[in-house]
Amino acid sequence: MVLDPKVEAQLKEKALNIRRHIVRMTHAAKSGHPGGSLSAVEIMTALYFHVMRLDPNRPEWQERDRFVLSKGHAAPALYATLAERGFFSTQELTTLRQLGSRLQGHPDMKRVPGVEMSTGSLGQGLSVANGMALAGRLDKASWRVYALLGDGECEEGQIWEAAMAAAHYKLDNLIAYLDYNRLQIDGSICAVMNPEPFPEKWKAFGWQVFTVDGHSFSEIIAATEAAQAVQGRPSIIICHTVKGKGVSFMENEADWHGKAPNDEQANKALAELA
Amino acid sequence: MAEKIATRDAYGETLIELGRELKNLVVLDADLSKSTKTAGFAKLFPERFFNMGIAESNLVGTAAGLAAAGKIPFVSTFAVFATGRAYDQIRNSVAYPHLNVKICATHAGITVGEDGASHQALEDIALMRALPGMTVIVPADAPETKQAVRAATKHQGPVYIRLGRSGVPVISPPDYQFEVGQVAVLRPGEDVAIFACGIMVSVALTAAELLAQKDIRAEVINVSTIKPLNVQQVAAAAAKTKAVVTCEEHNIIGGLGSAVAEVLGEHCPVPLERVGINDVFGQSGTPADLLAHYGLTAEKVASAAERAIARKQL
Repeated sequence: MVLDPKVEAQLKEKALNIRRHIVRMTHAAKSGHPGGSLSAVEIMTALYFHVMRLDPNRPEWQERDRFVLSKGHAAPALYATLAERGFFSTQELTTLRQLGSRLQGHPDMKRVPGVEMSTGSLGQGLSVANGMALAGRLDKASWRVYALLGDGECEEGQIWEAAMAAAHYKLDNLIAYLDYNRLQIDGSICAVMNPEPFPEKWKAFGWQVFTVDGHSFSEIIAATEAAQAVQGRPSIIICHTVKGKGVSFMENEADWHGKAPNDEQANKALAELA
Repeated sequence: MAEKIATRDAYGETLIELGRELKNLVVLDADLSKSTKTAGFAKLFPERFFNMGIAESNLVGTAAGLAAAGKIPFVSTFAVFATGRAYDQIRNSVAYPHLNVKICATHAGITVGEDGASHQALEDIALMRALPGMTVIVPADAPETKQAVRAATKHQGPVYIRLGRSGVPVISPPDYQFEVGQVAVLRPGEDVAIFACGIMVSVALTAAELLAQKDIRAEVINVSTIKPLNVQQVAAAAAKTKAVVTCEEHNIIGGLGSAVAEVLGEHCPVPLERVGINDVFGQSGTPADLLAHYGLTAEKVASAAERAIARKQL
């Protein structure tokens, strides 16, 4: 699929803004998870600025599509995306992780407009997305459920319980995205606890599997449209990504999973993200 | 002896009634629907029943998603799995976002019987009570179960209802009105207050009869809502009687005994004797043998009452 160049340029601009927010937020907070936030930017930008049906002025709109950030530590990416999309002011982003801020270290659905589920304890979001998809189907609703999973997160057994259930209940109104950046806190996912091979595992669990470059809008969007047409089974789009994407010294470095940039590093990162 | 009905049976019947009344009510189970009595609902409302298989973490997480999308999910499995196996899911996916999930766990306590310690939840009240915003209800009999399950549908937020496997005598008065957060004085008395929950309420009533033979007037109070505990009524009964006994089919750590002790310590320090499982795991046996072995009998409750009375400051 060839994406309209104008659309692609707009998405790229949004993604750049979101990356800059992520750097500024984690720098201001002096903590947080830049690596896995930066790797997920194109996926979330594609969803919030192209794929999903939503209205930032009506975050509770019944007919909206739902998004569950199962890898809740990518909260900076979610907050930055929601703010860019107009759910709340971008000014608020640098309150991340501060006492009294709505922008908790991991997403709190009770506080932040647009956050559909409180997550953070890994492995739980796909089950929740399943529940939403079941509810949507009971209501014969046209809205869909999208979930973003981490690759390290797939070491949690609950992911596979949920994978089994989504296929069992034929949840074709659910699309999951795997942020396949290959790194977790302690190092390479294959060295820590190998959850691969992903395509074969998800296929064996009854899912329709797509594999894309997770930084290519055209590939993400094309796979999403193909997944939307799949009937009788859930789909997962395995997105090959780079942890820390866009900031040279953060890319492919496990250390940047949960470390904030200092002043100098933040300036360097922002200079690169220009 | 009064008619004996298991609270899980009353739960199953009530689910069917509610299934007809509330179109947004859904039920989830983890391969125990015949035991938890959700099977009746499943048969009548198959499109609103989700068997999640032997996967309790996903069971609770799925219920959270259904609730987030406006359904009223009732989640059932054995108490030991509901609260222990899926504790983090209840904590993070249900309690923290205060979702409208009703966890109705059956086979709680020692009276699971022959299955033994692995299946006997003796810490579930403690686990659920420690979660902010969680309502914890332990019905004493079948009529109270029916009312509690109905009340749970009207309550916005997570609710844990603890149900049993074995038959328990019907002790609720015919005109009894259950209300979340209220206690029920089933027998008035001045010498000692016996706070009980679940199957131990009828045991406490028998204990009060034994005490009456010795001219000891025991007040028996059914504390079916462990959380939010009615602090005022507990403190008032303690202030009146100046001696308190708690009895529960649960570890004496963290359950009703602890909840009452907290109230007494802060509001009305009087002697307290806790009857319950004395911080040990259970074992296999018939429910009756196990209750006798672990001291959950009317005689032991009466003795505890006498000890509490003997410790009164005169």
